[in-house]
Amino acid sequence: MDVKRLIMVAVGGQGNLLASKVLGEAALICKVPVKMSEIHGMAQRGGVVESALVFGDAQSTIISDGDADLLLGFEPSETLRAMNRCNSSSTVITNLDPVPPFTVAIGRGVYPDMGTIKALILGRTARLIAFDAMALAKEAGSPMTMNIVLVGALIQTCALPLTRESVERAIETRTKKAFVDMNLAAFDLGFKAAQQE
Amino acid sequence: MHKLLHDTPEEEVMLLGNESIARGAVEAGLAFATTYPGTPSSELSLNLFQISQETDLYFEYSTNEKVALEVAAAAANSGLRTMCIMKHVGLNVAADPLMTLAYVGVRGGLVILTADDPAMFSSQNEQDNRYYGKLAGLPVLEPSSVAEAKEMTKAAFELSETLQEPVILRTTTRINHSSAYVRLGPITEPVTKGDFQKDPFNFVTVPAVSRKLHVKLLENLERARKISNRCEHNRVEGKGSLGIVCSGVSYLYAVDGVNDLGMEDRVKILRVGFCNPMPDELIVDFLSGCERVLIVEEGEPFLEEAVRSIAQTAAITIPIRGKGEGLFSRLYEFDPAMVKKVMADYFGIEYTGKTAVDTAGFPEIPQRPPNLCSGCSHRATFYEVKKAAGDMDTICPSDIGCYTLGFLPPLSTGDFVLCMGASVSSACGFSKATDKKVIAFIGDSTFFHSGMTGLANAVFNNHNFTLVILDNGITAMTGHQPNPGVDMGLYNLEGYNRISIENVVKALGVEHITVIKPFKVKKSIEAIRTALEFKGVSVIISKEACALHARSLKILKPRAFTVTDRCKNHRDCMDSIACPSFFIENNRVKIDPNTCVGCALCAQICPENAIVPLKPTR
Repeated sequence: MDVKRLIMVAVGGQGNLLASKVLGEAALICKVPVKMSEIHGMAQRGGVVESALVFGDAQSTIISDGDADLLLGFEPSETLRAMNRCNSSSTVITNLDPVPPFTVAIGRGVYPDMGTIKALILGRTARLIAFDAMALAKEAGSPMTMNIVLVGALIQTCALPLTRESVERAIETRTKKAFVDMNLAAFDLGFKAAQQE
Repeated sequence: MHKLLHDTPEEEVMLLGNESIARGAVEAGLAFATTYPGTPSSELSLNLFQISQETDLYFEYSTNEKVALEVAAAAANSGLRTMCIMKHVGLNVAADPLMTLAYVGVRGGLVILTADDPAMFSSQNEQDNRYYGKLAGLPVLEPSSVAEAKEMTKAAFELSETLQEPVILRTTTRINHSSAYVRLGPITEPVTKGDFQKDPFNFVTVPAVSRKLHVKLLENLERARKISNRCEHNRVEGKGSLGIVCSGVSYLYAVDGVNDLGMEDRVKILRVGFCNPMPDELIVDFLSGCERVLIVEEGEPFLEEAVRSIAQTAAITIPIRGKGEGLFSRLYEFDPAMVKKVMADYFGIEYTGKTAVDTAGFPEIPQRPPNLCSGCSHRATFYEVKKAAGDMDTICPSDIGCYTLGFLPPLSTGDFVLCMGASVSSACGFSKATDKKVIAFIGDSTFFHSGMTGLANAVFNNHNFTLVILDNGITAMTGHQPNPGVDMGLYNLEGYNRISIENVVKALGVEHITVIKPFKVKKSIEAIRTALEFKGVSVIISKEACALHARSLKILKPRAFTVTDRCKNHRDCMDSIACPSFFIENNRVKIDPNTCVGCALCAQICPENAIVPLKPTR
C-alpha cells in the first residue's frame, strides 16, 4: 500500500488532536494501517500543536522535513512555518483565519501578509487549498467545528486512502453526541469548499 | 467503564503509547502503582489513577519519585505486581533507593517506567536512562512501537518475577505520545493483598548483608544475560552481509530505510529490545556474518560501546560505527529521512531524498512561545515581586513548573533553573556567595517534592533570602495532578488528608511568613516589600487557584474585562504583564473577551483606571 504522510499544525485549542482521532478511526474502518504522533506539551500554554499521521505500510510515526505529502494547517502563519515539512509535490490545505501570536501584540514580530502566505505556498508546492474555515465552522453552528471543516476539505482531495463515508462514520463515533450533526455539516461545508478551489 | 478495562480480547483499539502501557499493566494483573507526574509519562499515571477509582488497583501520586519507588519497593516485596512511573529525570531522584533495591530485589513483579525525552520537548535535559540499568545492574526493556509497549510491559512483569529483580521499562517521547492500533489481550485478575515475610538477613542492608546481596545481584545479572540471549525481544530480521543494530523508535526508521533504499536482500537487522544485559552471544553470531555494521540508536552510544566490546572479546574486527562525524549524533531525536541518509552513506547506496521546500525569502514568521495563561496568578506574583524589589540588585533562582515561563520578557523573572527543588537550595548558595538580594520561586507541588529539605537547610544555616511559594493548589504543568496541598474534596474523592504549606513553613522554623492573594495588587506589593527587607529566611506564600484548573472545575466563572476610551495608550499593561488576552487593534490595546477570565490584574495596573468589567450583553 502506498504510504501517505500528513502533517497537521494548529495552535493549542484548535482541535487538531480530535481531527487526528477521527482520521485514525476512519483508517481502521477502511482497514488502512495508520500511525500517529503528537507533540502537545505546551499546547495549553498557547504553543503550537503538531500531529503527524502516516497511512499505509510504513513503520515510522514521525515525518521528516520534506517528506509530507499533505499539510493541513489550522492557522495560516503556522502553515507557512511548517512549509519545510513539504516538498514540491505536496498538497497544502490551510485555514485563512489568523490567530496572531502574542509576540505580534507586544510588537516583537509582524504577522505576515495573507496574500504573501498564499503566493509563497502556491509557488513552491503542487497544490494549495486555502479558505476561511472559521467562517464555515460558524456557518455549521460553532467555531469548535473548524477542525472538522478542514478534515472535510482534506478528504475531498482524495489524497488519503480514506472514503468520505468512513470519515463520516468516524465523526459519528468519535465526536461528542451533541456535536455530531454540527460536525457532519461542518465536514460537508469543508468538502464543498475544497471542490470550489 | 474505563476504556482500558474492557475485557474484549482480540479487539483492536487506537491507543496512545501511554495508554498501551497502562493496558499492558492491567493485562498483567497490576495491583499497585505509584508515580510522580512528569511529561512524557503523565497520561500513563492519569489512566491508572482513573482505573484505580473503578477497580481494586491501589494507585498513588507520591510526593516525589524517591518516595514513589520506596512505596513501590515495599508493595513489590509484599508480593504485589507493582509499577512505579516517572519521567527520565525522576529516576535521578529515585536513584538512591534504586541502587540498593537492586541488591534487595523483589518478590512480586516491579516494573519501573522511565520516560526519556530526546530533543527535550518538555524537559531540562535529554539524559539516556539506559545507563541506569548498567549502573544498578538491572534489566532494561525498550519497546519500539505503541503495540509492542503493551506486550513488553507484560513481559517486564514476568521477567521481574523470574529474576526477582525490578525491571526498568524505558520509553521515549515518541513511544509515549504516538498512537496506533493495539490488539487487546485478556485481563489478569490482580492479587491485591500481599504479605511481607520477615527475612532480615536478606532485607536489612547492613554491610554484612549487602556484601552477600551484591553476589546475588551479579548472579541474577548472569541469569538475565542468558535470558537476553534467547529473548524474543532481541531478534534478527532479514539477511545479508550488512548489519544494523538498533533499538527503540530507531528500529522503525531503520526498517523503513531498508525498504525505501531497496536493500531488503543485503541488510540484516538486530533489534535489541532487552538491552541490559546485552545479548552477547546473539551479537557475536550476528557480527560473524557481517562485513560492516551500523548502530542506530538515539542518545548515547549505549549499544555501540557494548557491541564493540563484545566484538573485541570475540576478536571480530569488522567496522562497527554509530556515533560520530558524518554518522549519527548524540544530540536530540532521530527522524526517518536522517536515518535513511546515514544508512545510504555508510553502506554506499545511491540515495536522494525528497527536497524540502526552500523557505529562503519567506517573511519572518512571528514566534509563538508558550506563555502563562490568561488569568494565571503567577503573572500577578511576578509583577508584584518586581515592583516590590524596585531597583534592588536581585538574583532569582526559579524551579520546574509553569512558572519557569516567568523568565521570558516582560516578566523576566528567573535567573537559574536546575531541577525540582533547586530554587531553594541554590538560593542558599547565591545568598552566601554574593551580596545580592536573592528571591527564589517554587510551586506548591515542587515545594512538597523537594523544596522542604532546602528550606530546612536555609533555616538551620541561617541563610538570607526570600522564598516565594506559588501555591496554585494543583500540579499544573503536567496536567493538574494532585499533591499533598490539594483539596481532594474538589474531586469528590475521600480518604485523603491535606497539608497546609503555611504550617509546614512555620514548623520548619521560618520566622517571617506572609500569605498574599496575588490579585490584590497593592496589598501584595506592600507585603512583599516587608518580606524582602527581612534579614534571614522569609517566605511569601502566594495563594490563588490555577485559572485553567479552576475553570475546568467550574469554580472560576470568567467575567471578561474591557479597555474603555479612558485609555491613554500608556500600555503599562502590555509592557509589564503581557497577558495573552491583550491584542492591538488600530494601534489600541484591546482585550479578547473569549479568553479573559477577569483576574483584574491589568485593571489595577492601568494608571487611568481604563480597564473595567465588560457589561454582559443582553
